[in-house]
Amino acid sequence: MIKFSKEQLKIPKMMRPVYLVTAGESEFRRAFPEKRTEELCVDAMNMAAELIGMSPAEMKSYIHSCYYGHFADHFGDQLLGEALIHDRLGLDPLGNVGVKTGGATGGSTLWEAVKTVASGYSDCALAMGWERMDEVPTDEGNHLISCAADKDWETPLGHIYTGYYAVMAQKYWQVFGKSEPSFRRTMAEISVKNHGYACHNPFAQSPMKITVEDVLKSPIVANPLRALDACLMSVGAACCIVADEKTAYKMCKNPLLVYVAAGSHTLRAGDRRDMEIPLLPNEKASQYKDLEKRFPGAGRYPGFTGFLGARMCAYYAYRMAGVKDPNVDFDLVELHDAFTISDIQTYEDIGIRPYGEGRTYVESGDCYHTNPHTGKPGQLPANISGGLIGCMHAVGATGLMQVAEVALHLWNKHGKIHGDAKRWKSFGKTKPKDWKDLQVKGAKRGLAISHAGVGSHVTATILVHPDHQLKGGK
Amino acid sequence: MADAKKKAPSVKVVNNRYKVKGSFHEATPNAPIINEKGKLCGVTNPRSMTYLHSYGKDAPFFEGIAKGILRGTRCDNPKCESKGSIYLPYRIFCPDCLKEMKIVDLTKVAKKTAKIHTFMITERTGAFNTLGIPIKFINIEIDGVVTILMSYVVAGEPEIGKRVVPVFRTKNPTYTITDLAWVLEGTPASKLPKGFTF
Repeated sequence: MIKFSKEQLKIPKMMRPVYLVTAGESEFRRAFPEKRTEELCVDAMNMAAELIGMSPAEMKSYIHSCYYGHFADHFGDQLLGEALIHDRLGLDPLGNVGVKTGGATGGSTLWEAVKTVASGYSDCALAMGWERMDEVPTDEGNHLISCAADKDWETPLGHIYTGYYAVMAQKYWQVFGKSEPSFRRTMAEISVKNHGYACHNPFAQSPMKITVEDVLKSPIVANPLRALDACLMSVGAACCIVADEKTAYKMCKNPLLVYVAAGSHTLRAGDRRDMEIPLLPNEKASQYKDLEKRFPGAGRYPGFTGFLGARMCAYYAYRMAGVKDPNVDFDLVELHDAFTISDIQTYEDIGIRPYGEGRTYVESGDCYHTNPHTGKPGQLPANISGGLIGCMHAVGATGLMQVAEVALHLWNKHGKIHGDAKRWKSFGKTKPKDWKDLQVKGAKRGLAISHAGVGSHVTATILVHPDHQLKGGK
Repeated sequence: MADAKKKAPSVKVVNNRYKVKGSFHEATPNAPIINEKGKLCGVTNPRSMTYLHSYGKDAPFFEGIAKGILRGTRCDNPKCESKGSIYLPYRIFCPDCLKEMKIVDLTKVAKKTAKIHTFMITERTGAFNTLGIPIKFINIEIDGVVTILMSYVVAGEPEIGKRVVPVFRTKNPTYTITDLAWVLEGTPASKLPKGFTF
């Protein structure tokens, strides 16, 4: 049984408030045979500057330290790629450092940038992330990804990360999904939703108009997961710029308060010991007393059905921002939908639904921009960007893309940015005739979850419009 | 060809240093990547390398499975609140008190009590895979062990809760985790893959 000390459960404290000033993204694709990584990073920087009406040079003049998220050196075959990008962005001689936490790299990069501003070390910091996953054939790429598992105890077993991950999916599928065809269809709905939202996002890699049946007929990856249940393998870049209050209001009119917290759990899922469920503000211990009775096999926490890292980053971040109930306090979320089933697991880990009831977030229609059952706005729309399934998973950039997308809603610029026909054209695409403005009207607060593999690292980033701070928010 | 004459790579430890013999890497010529308009847009960078990797104090585990012995570790520190916890995957230090743990033989208890916590069957593998396809991944609960080992099944169809017994590649072992595999309880020796024994 793992126990935590009071000191370990201390709610993280920032020495001063930190604001998100601006953010940017490149286009995302499976491959860019004719673009260097620095070109993608400059695309993201240019968008960030454009959003606040500054020239890139003017925006850069505020930046004091830089954090670079790039997970897989071996994909790009370039050590110190961070130094290379830093130079190409013209940010020398500022201090900079690389951040690597697998799939959570983007979120962790922002975590570092926010802390440097919160501490007073810098008044303005850049968090830039990217990934280059097109420089090796897919099977070698699978091997390189499997190197993120334990190289002695796991990697030699097939050199396929999906295998180490999917055992957790299988457990959730049988214990909480009860292997029900209706649960399988609920999983498929997430893919339909996220590929569908990607149709309205010019940055997105995989816009698709598909049905539940299409998902259920797609090739099996590892039962019950099929190809259309899985996230994309992507190339692209995204960035966020954070600052203290004074600098933030100098740089723009509408900065957003930003809180980031991180959690972790063992690299090998097999090392996870039994423990009590750490509770979020909207939960009570009593509600889980009969969990094993309701869902035989669920007695072991987090076992293979939950991500403790996700639970812990929410545990810290909600209390930092004063969040009492994510369903009520957030207007939208961007979650790490690596697979449809892990998306459902995350709903529970971060308290959108209690453990065992994640599927109802989809089935109720609450996770949609427009609830398909009522035609009214969804209670808490998820992954309007298309998420990792529809938009991209360019690992080091993913967590930053999510934050950029949430911020666009809070700035009420989502429609303007995504609906700009010139932007579509600049990516070699045509704006769809049936393009929809998916702006969440009146969005005040949002959440982004950035997650690594079987859950070794997870971050929660909360964005809050300064006029709509929650009671208890620090 | 010159390649045929090259000696197979080998490594020894002499005076606490690696002493390598043979060819560990090949220089393969690169090639241009040409776009659809016939213009250069990049190059290939082929490379093969061999890493020299220390198992450190995990070595007894990998030596053990090559001999048909499944070893775990146990915290025996009387001051540790997790005293008595047994770990497999094997770990050198207790995750709570950081004292070096005692190696324990789990072969018998695994044979008697191991069961499948979860599993996954996949046809997909990455480059350099040496396992047969499909791979039947399992995670294994063993009585008294606080963790859940990942491994694979080489005979029988995995299901959650089913009993399994360990088998070991004792003939021509690779000294990697692939030397340990599992079969459904009741599998006869005749069904074991070449090189594996109970």
